[in-house]
Amino acid sequence: MATNWTIDAVREALAAKKISARELAADFYKRIETRNPELNAFLALTPERARRQADRIDALVAAGSPLPPLAGVPVAIKDVISTRGTKTTCGSKILENYTPPYDATAVERLEAAGAVILGKTNCDEFAMGSSNENSAYGPVKNPLAPDRVPGGSSGGSAAVVAAGLAVASLGTDTGGSIRQPGSFCGIPAMMGSYGRVSRYGLIAFASSLDRIGPFATQVKDVAAILRTIAGRDANDSTSTTAPVPDYLAELAKPLKRLRVGIPKDYFGEGMDADVRQKIEAGIALFKKLGCELVDIRMPHTDYAIAAYYIIATAEASSNLARYDGVRYGLRVEDDSLLAMYRKTRGKGFGPEVKRRIVLGTYVLSAGYYDAYYLKGQKVRALIAQDFRDAFTKVDAILTPTSPVPPFKLGERTSDPLQMYLADIYTVTGSLAGVPGISVPCGKIGGKLPVGLQIFGPAFGEARVLQLAHAFEQAGGAEV
Amino acid sequence: MKISREDVLRVAELAYLDLSEAELETYRAQIDEILEYIGKLNELDTAKVEPMAQVLTTDQQADATLREDLVVPCAVAEDVLAHAPDPEPPYFRVPKVIER
Repeated sequence: MATNWTIDAVREALAAKKISARELAADFYKRIETRNPELNAFLALTPERARRQADRIDALVAAGSPLPPLAGVPVAIKDVISTRGTKTTCGSKILENYTPPYDATAVERLEAAGAVILGKTNCDEFAMGSSNENSAYGPVKNPLAPDRVPGGSSGGSAAVVAAGLAVASLGTDTGGSIRQPGSFCGIPAMMGSYGRVSRYGLIAFASSLDRIGPFATQVKDVAAILRTIAGRDANDSTSTTAPVPDYLAELAKPLKRLRVGIPKDYFGEGMDADVRQKIEAGIALFKKLGCELVDIRMPHTDYAIAAYYIIATAEASSNLARYDGVRYGLRVEDDSLLAMYRKTRGKGFGPEVKRRIVLGTYVLSAGYYDAYYLKGQKVRALIAQDFRDAFTKVDAILTPTSPVPPFKLGERTSDPLQMYLADIYTVTGSLAGVPGISVPCGKIGGKLPVGLQIFGPAFGEARVLQLAHAFEQAGGAEV
Repeated sequence: MKISREDVLRVAELAYLDLSEAELETYRAQIDEILEYIGKLNELDTAKVEPMAQVLTTDQQADATLREDLVVPCAVAEDVLAHAPDPEPPYFRVPKVIER
């Protein structure tokens, strides 16, 4: 039996009746049973739901009916994305017993396209973190190096795909939470433009930044998943009516001579020397592919972390006000309503979430709003302008995904600011609303993966995917 | 020092968040360091910059139109109440808030 399944391989095996969707799902659950106790990447499994869906696919095969695009493909869903009837905890104790009464649109669309949902993946609490060590249910281990973090916040979604426990998965990205774990686990991972994918059913962290996007083992499958979940949804007013191109058809087209920008501002101090060497080798490969390399400047890059941590925490403090022990989740009883709120939230939230609620409430509070929140929004405008200016000169921008390779578990947990600073290359695109992908770009010492990030202009996903695919096909993962 | 113990207490009160003594001091010190770092934004002159209040621009087809006001089935009340900490259908029960 194949171990490295892709969407095409699943489809061919089903059509040729080499395996049934039900057998395939059972095979994946066996792998999960073997590997998950060590990785801690799945928080919940949904075998009944998977079997029902697999049986629907098998009935189509038996009837000789056409198969939907993701027929029988085993997928995993980050635990901040709602799944009807299955607990959705956000990696938090405050939602330990929360079962959503509805499915997120992205989940509904995956299932409508034939995908088989295996379960829910571990993540940093409310998607706040860069190492998956902020989960109330314990950290996830990097399947490529078990003493290392898988990245975060979508660490579980990256780990299950890298370990072969799912063919693809959904994560969410607010400041790098898809791209950085993709980089750390050595797989492609994409955040589409703001507005590209409906967030209906995504439990909110920072609403002007949050995006849902895919992980897979190859860029082609990332494109297939993105195409399935993208597009207008009446239940999310921030999802746009912009048409969704056929990304797969775009991948197949020959790469035209493109101008790719290399922003000097992303290659300053703080970047690990081994990461730099791999990224430079990756950039050289783009040149070999016929791209024209253009030196560009993005002068406000250095201010992105500061602006991001004002805006993201401000929005989080507002979004997380809903956890009050009344309608769902944990309640710590008290005779007084206000004391009940305070105790419930004090007990239910973990340290990183509390820290961000305090910081976010502070930057929005009377007397500090102008100095912090408004200033942050102004600097965000400058960063977005950096991107618009760059895209008048180039078709895409190449940067490292993370300044450092996967670090050791526990190595950075005591210093939140140091952890935040490692988001430097990803938060810029989050603030600007543009699409970005991380593609594997070599392994340090043949072991620790490095990710190269490609940004495109808003709604330029097709070009980003095409470049990533060409890079991958040219051996980018082995530079 | 950017943020005092009193500031953290005030903000925790605004956010209805119980913090232990140990948490209070740890977060104060950490947030102080973060605010110190954030201070670098003052290097930028933003007097003439409009704050970015929207991510999508109008040419990106943000749909600002209101949808039709249609009645659609939404029979989730039972499901929702079933997962509430203290339901008394059709209500959520909370501690008494009126002075006796």
